Amino acid sequence: MKNLLEAHAVSKNFGDFTALNNVSISVPKGSVFGLLGPNGAGKTTLIRVINQITMPDSGHVILDGEPLQSHHVQNIGYLPEERGLYKSMKVGEQALYLAQLKGLSKAEAKIRLKYWFERLEIGDWWNKKIQELSKGMAQKIQFVVTVLHEPKLLIFDEPFSGFDPINANLIKDEILRLKENGATVIFSTHRMESVEELCDHIALIHQSNKILDGKLTDIKRQYKTNTYEVGINAPDKITLAETISKKFNASLTDFRSLNDELKLNIKLAENESANDLLSYLTSIGQVSHFVELIPSANDIFIQAVKNN
Amino acid sequence: MNHLPLIIKREYLTKVKNKSFIIMTILSPIIMIALIAVVAYLSQLNNNKIRTISVLDESELVTDIFQNQEYTKYNMLNNVSLDDAKTIVEAAETYGLLYIPKQDSVTALVKHIKFYSKESPSLSVISGLESKLENRLRDLKLQEQGIDLEKLTASKIHVNIEQESFIGEKTSKIDSYFKLGFGLAAGYLLFMFIIIYGNMIMRSIIEEKTSRIIEVIISSVKPIQLMLGKIIGTSLAGITQFVIWIIIGSVLMTVVSAILGIDLMQQTPQNDMMQQAMENPEVAVEMQNAMSAFWNLPIANLIIAFILFFVAGYLLYSSLYAAIGAAVDNETDTQQFMFPIIMPLVLAVYIGIFTVIEDPHGTVSTIFSFIPFTSPVVMLMRIPFGVPVWQQVLSFFILVATFMLTVWFAAKIYRVGILMYGKKPSYKEIIKWIKY
Repeated sequence: MKNLLEAHAVSKNFGDFTALNNVSISVPKGSVFGLLGPNGAGKTTLIRVINQITMPDSGHVILDGEPLQSHHVQNIGYLPEERGLYKSMKVGEQALYLAQLKGLSKAEAKIRLKYWFERLEIGDWWNKKIQELSKGMAQKIQFVVTVLHEPKLLIFDEPFSGFDPINANLIKDEILRLKENGATVIFSTHRMESVEELCDHIALIHQSNKILDGKLTDIKRQYKTNTYEVGINAPDKITLAETISKKFNASLTDFRSLNDELKLNIKLAENESANDLLSYLTSIGQVSHFVELIPSANDIFIQAVKNN
Repeated sequence: MNHLPLIIKREYLTKVKNKSFIIMTILSPIIMIALIAVVAYLSQLNNNKIRTISVLDESELVTDIFQNQEYTKYNMLNNVSLDDAKTIVEAAETYGLLYIPKQDSVTALVKHIKFYSKESPSLSVISGLESKLENRLRDLKLQEQGIDLEKLTASKIHVNIEQESFIGEKTSKIDSYFKLGFGLAAGYLLFMFIIIYGNMIMRSIIEEKTSRIIEVIISSVKPIQLMLGKIIGTSLAGITQFVIWIIIGSVLMTVVSAILGIDLMQQTPQNDMMQQAMENPEVAVEMQNAMSAFWNLPIANLIIAFILFFVAGYLLYSSLYAAIGAAVDNETDTQQFMFPIIMPLVLAVYIGIFTVIEDPHGTVSTIFSFIPFTSPVVMLMRIPFGVPVWQQVLSFFILVATFMLTVWFAAKIYRVGILMYGKKPSYKEIIKWIKY
């Protein structure tokens, strides 16, 4: 079984409003899958369908080869975007309760909680009430509760909101560690830098439709424009620029460097190779910078949304 | 997976361990009893005073009827004029002076009896004196007319029509009072229970919404399980509170009345009246009737019906409270939805009070004892008067069917509502949610 989760042609309407229109995604086992999209695109609805909170109007979801059933909630850990805890309940009691709802026995939950509380250095919070904790502290507990039952599938909706950079990093490392231990992660966010860092696969949902999905590297390949960022040194930069422009599709650009060189973006045509360009450039000047421009997730996101 | 017991346990424990709940549970009966004790104590202070009534009986017809009682003493004045008597009584600061002049006939006498006092006397004192005098003077008048009193007493007949239904159930007037009392108590108890604990359920659902824990929970639990768990858990906490209230209440009642030596239930001048009444053989018979009336109530039927209708009626309403809690974001938004819930409840209580008393088996009371939203209250009020079993069963099934329908309906609203944040829904939107 290659994919842990497959959603097939899932549609959901709320009255006249279409929240999801025929959306299919495949989440490979052991991957970190980025579910991206602007606000109100339908990401949360899709996540709720996977969590069986919302029933789809049509389409179906397969988890680990089986059609989604109610006992599968044990195999999923979900950290929703709108999240919170019972304010007047003690941390330990609350974590135990939520763990038991996920099917853990009380004794087992206690052992695992102890492990996690020590790991995240929050052991002395056990008898505190949530209302005594800061938002970030409460988020940590929520993270623990989400992963405690060691689910096959973890779903994080904006997991880093509410964390300071240090704790965000801590949580990011924990997510990667969980992935190494075999968990599959669905990750929904607007923060593109964390997508670049974490995700192997992405799907982009826009206005209830999936407009893009696949391996992040494949998508980047698909979106790259064969453009190279070039720095070259020669006595007369203006003439040099003109000479290059005659032969290649070049435009002036800027990037940070230590030298005062000529900075160009050169877009190669179908029949031209990077080697041709490089050997031409070395023949006319001193090349100090030569890099292929790979579109960032952010660029792809913006471009894909614009094109639709 | 069945998480219901776990949810019920949590709901119950959080409610019961809640500080304000504990304080309310302990303080309410204490405050209630303290209030009763203070009122009883104060009125006793008032009545403990022994009243001395001076009597100037110039007619010498009624002198022997004024026997001292526990709180009322009679001081017989002899051989003084009315004016002197007034001066004496005023100087002695006793309660007042009863003046019975000498007249030619009893008929003339009754118009001239007077009571003098500094302040206007209490109604019970005057009516007590009046009835004493009436009895004696009536006898005298009868004698005047040559009627043999002994024969008269012997010929006295007390008719008490025994009421019996065709299947042999005996009833009486006093029975009716008992039935009415039970019906009103049961109906009112249900009414109070729904309002107090329905609100509690609603608040706890709103709390889950505002603290945003709801989505975490319903990713592991079916919304209907969560809803039922909340309703049952809160109701159990409610029952606990009720039981504790009754226990603390009765213990305090006993303790307070023992310590203060006051009889909280009865006040003293009435005691004298009661004593008088008890001496009357007719009243004694009535008291016995009352005791048997209690045992005449269809007790088994009452208890079973009370439990069934109470539970079903309460669950019916609490599921609606749950739906409202899910639909709104904060308590102030609940107002517009509360009215349609409170309406049928209040209606039921009024129908109970006004029509069931008049005619327990009349058209109006019968119809409303079948309509599910009023039936728990109205049926509970009707049952003591004897409702055919088929009617009870039918009404109960209608109630249970409606209950299942409202739970289904409430669960629909609930599962959509709990995920809606930040806006106050209209009725139209809520109806739309049901189709989602």
